Amino acid sequence: MSGRGAALAVLAALLAAAGTLAQTTPAPKRSGFDTMSAGVQAMQRDDQQNPGMLWVADGEVLWKTIFGISFSCAHCHGDATKTMRGVAARYPDWDKVDGRPVDLVQRINLCRTRYQQVLPLPPESVEMLGLEAYVAVQSRGMPLAPSTARELEAPRERGRRLYEQRIGQLNLSCALCHDKLPGHVLAGATIPQGHVNGYPTYRLEWQGLGSLQRRIRNCLSGVRAAPPPWNSLEMVELELYLTQRSAGLPVEAPAVRP
Amino acid sequence: MARTLIHVPTTARKGEVLEVRTLIAHPMETGYRAGADGRTLPRDIIRRFACRYNGELVFSADLYPAISANPYLAFSVIADASGSFTFTWEGDNGFAQTESATITVT
Repeated sequence: MSGRGAALAVLAALLAAAGTLAQTTPAPKRSGFDTMSAGVQAMQRDDQQNPGMLWVADGEVLWKTIFGISFSCAHCHGDATKTMRGVAARYPDWDKVDGRPVDLVQRINLCRTRYQQVLPLPPESVEMLGLEAYVAVQSRGMPLAPSTARELEAPRERGRRLYEQRIGQLNLSCALCHDKLPGHVLAGATIPQGHVNGYPTYRLEWQGLGSLQRRIRNCLSGVRAAPPPWNSLEMVELELYLTQRSAGLPVEAPAVRP
Repeated sequence: MARTLIHVPTTARKGEVLEVRTLIAHPMETGYRAGADGRTLPRDIIRRFACRYNGELVFSADLYPAISANPYLAFSVIADASGSFTFTWEGDNGFAQTESATITVT
């Protein structure tokens, strides 16, 4: 009898352990690439078919174009294929001069206003997307490795809270869909895990290239929340957390998504 | 000038079937969509694409408003002789662009 009791106790302990394991083990990270159709995957894989490469080609020209007094990006940074490798995998990063986190788009604009002495490029302009895509494509295939600067810890934590905060008329948080319900279907589209390893991304829905901020604004207006202004601190904080959340996934920029 | 991505093999054997792939940056505005001010955006599409191989027309296509932005066209050509391919896109608002590529056939 005592033998049977012990066996039952062991079984109960095992079941309990399995239960906690199922709760605590997070689902493996899956890029949005894995859940899209074979046709769209082929479009992303082939640089002759990937329309994002049109912007990359624009960016390559802009990289060598002299803006302002006498500077091109290449004057200081040289050959982007060497100097920009890994940069997009690390951003957003901490800007020591302004004492705030900046994403890649803001970094490019800071270079323009501080050193090239020209006006910043407007959000989602062809030139900005071109430069961003050209810098990002240099990190293609590298794992996302967010900056480990200590100053970023607090903003990243604020980003996590934004991610988990219910917002908008529909009262939904990012986490509700992308952490709890990936793989389910919303309005005919599969909910992805919401990883950020492909930006700037060519979306078939947009018929064009767009930045991560544009994508976030898309989701925000989807839940009927007022999106924060372009390049606001909240946006960058959210980007910081999202990048941390996707750490380790390979950079796919410029990715193609449905 | 719109940016293009064109893929043609640079060398081929005579009689070989080649895949030619072209992509051009173009908004392909349908003429049915409303702009930010609510007014209908005027149509702006590419209407015709043609590929000539040493001057001879080998592939052409008519494009319509339902075709996506940045249209991608792929087709096959038999390698016949060394020479050049010319690609032309023509469309609304006087849009016209010509690109070329050379091939060596052995």
